[in-house]
Amino acid sequence: MNDTNIKRRSLSVLVDNEAGVLSQVSRLFSRKGYNIESLAVGTTDDAEVSRITIEVVATDQRIELVCNQLRKLLPVHSVKLLDEDESIRRELVLIKVSTPTTEICNRVIQVANIFRAATIDVSATTITLALIGEESKTNAIVDLVSEFGILELVRTGMVAIERGTKTIYDQTKERGEFDYGKNVL
Amino acid sequence: MELTGAQIVLECLREQQVDTIFGYPGGTILDVYDALVDYPDLHHYLTAHEQGASHAADGYARSTGKVGVCFATSGPGSTNLTTGIATAYLDSSPVVFVTCNVGEHLMGKDAFQEVDITGITMPITKWNYLVTDVTQLASVMREAFAVARTGRPGPVLVDIAKNVTGATCDYEPLPVSEHFSQGRLAKVMARASHNFAEPEVDNDDVDCLVEMIKGANKPMLVCGGGVVRSRAQEEFERFATLVDAPVAITLMGAGGFRGRNPLTTGMIGMHGSQASNMGVDNCDLLIVVGCRFSDRIALNPETFASQASIVQIDIDRSEINKNVIVDHHIIGDAKDVLAKLNDRLEPQSHEEWKEFVFSYPVETEYEKSSETLTPKQISDTIARICPQDTIVSTDVGQHQIWVAQHFHYDYPGQLITSGGFGTMGFGLGAAIGSKVGNPDKCVVHITGDGSFRMNCNELATESYYELPIITVVYNNSVLGMVRQWQNLIYKKRFSQTTLDRAPDFVKLADAYGLSGRRVTTVAELEQALKEALECGHGYVIDCAIQEDEMVRPMVPNGQDITNFLAV
Repeated sequence: MNDTNIKRRSLSVLVDNEAGVLSQVSRLFSRKGYNIESLAVGTTDDAEVSRITIEVVATDQRIELVCNQLRKLLPVHSVKLLDEDESIRRELVLIKVSTPTTEICNRVIQVANIFRAATIDVSATTITLALIGEESKTNAIVDLVSEFGILELVRTGMVAIERGTKTIYDQTKERGEFDYGKNVL
Repeated sequence: MELTGAQIVLECLREQQVDTIFGYPGGTILDVYDALVDYPDLHHYLTAHEQGASHAADGYARSTGKVGVCFATSGPGSTNLTTGIATAYLDSSPVVFVTCNVGEHLMGKDAFQEVDITGITMPITKWNYLVTDVTQLASVMREAFAVARTGRPGPVLVDIAKNVTGATCDYEPLPVSEHFSQGRLAKVMARASHNFAEPEVDNDDVDCLVEMIKGANKPMLVCGGGVVRSRAQEEFERFATLVDAPVAITLMGAGGFRGRNPLTTGMIGMHGSQASNMGVDNCDLLIVVGCRFSDRIALNPETFASQASIVQIDIDRSEINKNVIVDHHIIGDAKDVLAKLNDRLEPQSHEEWKEFVFSYPVETEYEKSSETLTPKQISDTIARICPQDTIVSTDVGQHQIWVAQHFHYDYPGQLITSGGFGTMGFGLGAAIGSKVGNPDKCVVHITGDGSFRMNCNELATESYYELPIITVVYNNSVLGMVRQWQNLIYKKRFSQTTLDRAPDFVKLADAYGLSGRRVTTVAELEQALKEALECGHGYVIDCAIQEDEMVRPMVPNGQDITNFLAV
């Protein structure tokens, strides 16, 4: 197997919004020995359909196999391996920072302003920031505020969408994505 | 009409023309068994153990090509099915398992005999369902059958909460042809992502393979389990004749290509014939139909058919490039793909290449003894005495490989064996299912003393339903296949593989009301088989074989396919 092309991959998966589907999807990754780096799930404009964004570190070959196996699952409508250059990825990070003095609090707010992070909660000794972005941006602010003492940090997981007119839906798919039109069970 | 959930389950079986169910009742599935009394057209076979029922439904499916049906109760009833479900899954056998679970109000409370069977069986079913709404039950049952039989077949489990089996709702019978226009199936059909029809074979891909065949000087074919599931034996035979190529057969492919056809080189892989393995190693074009290149075939995927362009024909796209990287593939049902290929192929001729391949032995020879039988003597005698279309069901181990190597299979579904999962104890249940599904055919259950001891309780089922199955035990008083590895790889340290213990299989047969006999010579075996064929009930033949008889050839795990440890 070609192992030279290991990198982080983003997958968008459309599934039936039903119990058990998420565990079936995530099981396929764990069975192949992939740790899921990031996972985000939510309903789409159709309440019966959920969209899962999964990020894993894998080779070209292996990720293609996982995609094919995902496509075989009955509640999976569509699987799309997102092209890095052709898609936009974002996650929301909430950071609670310790601010024992007003001076520290002001410095944290300064950093937040530079990154266009929102201040969403303040107490006498803490401040909570919210930031939307890619890893490069979120990691940078995390590094900067860590010197003040991060009390808690939570990420939503990456969500991603393609640029331009392309969508995950079938009518905009190219033939190569569905080798023979449709999946056969 | 207003029916209970239990009645709807049975009505849905009628919709699918099911007339045979294997199963075992219990607390949560009582409503279904109660309703069953009013459905005399649904013949229920009560086994000794749920595992036996699961293998019987599987054997029924494999031998008839229909979807098998198996019932069990919650908790241990359902977990006892799991080995049978995994067996069916690994060999792509269509079986619908119906289990009932505790009532919804008890779910998640560790109630008596409660287990999350849909969670447990996720990795070993094609899909599974937990039904908690009676109005969804018919729709789920219809989808379950469609999923089990479509594309690459496989097991499906439907778990029904007990309260659903007692609840009522409106039910209207619907012919199978209309299932796809209503309920859950209609929703799936509306999506572009899945298809319950067979995939249309791509003409360009077929043309490409035709060109590859024309350019090949040393083509080799592999007949896999997909040919058997697709019942594509005629198309495959014609294809092999047109390409004029030697054909290696996988364990699951037995019957997909006539074992008596002079083009066959016999089994391939770990216990493949020298002709098969040398052929694969030396060919310049390898065409594999319905086979996933498991580690028992492509022992070392890096060196497998290293001189050849490899072409994979499979209905399951996720099998392409999974174990062995191929040069070309065609997605489709084996029958359709081969028919298209046959239409476009001119007859080829490869005399020199065939001469090379067949210069290697196709079958193994054994040393004869006066006190015991050789594996080939047993197979040959069975083949001579029993009808040619006899169905052979096996357990797992040396006897399984011997009977695959030495018995010539003529049609798909003639060899019923657990190839992927390697389930010891599979054979007797599977034989019962095969006999029920094929009452006019002779069914021989080939087993070893180790495998037989695992699920011999199903002799009670065989006896009660008067199923004249002939069990042939290859008895070497050891766990032969494991001992063989210990012999060859573990310096003869025979750890826990000596089975010098009860029962006496002849007395065991007697205890179950069947006949039995111990044999040590071909003449005795012949006589016993004749008796067995005439007696009209089950018969156990205990055959003495050498304890150190080995399955040959053998290529160790992970090695190059021509690296024979024993020939």
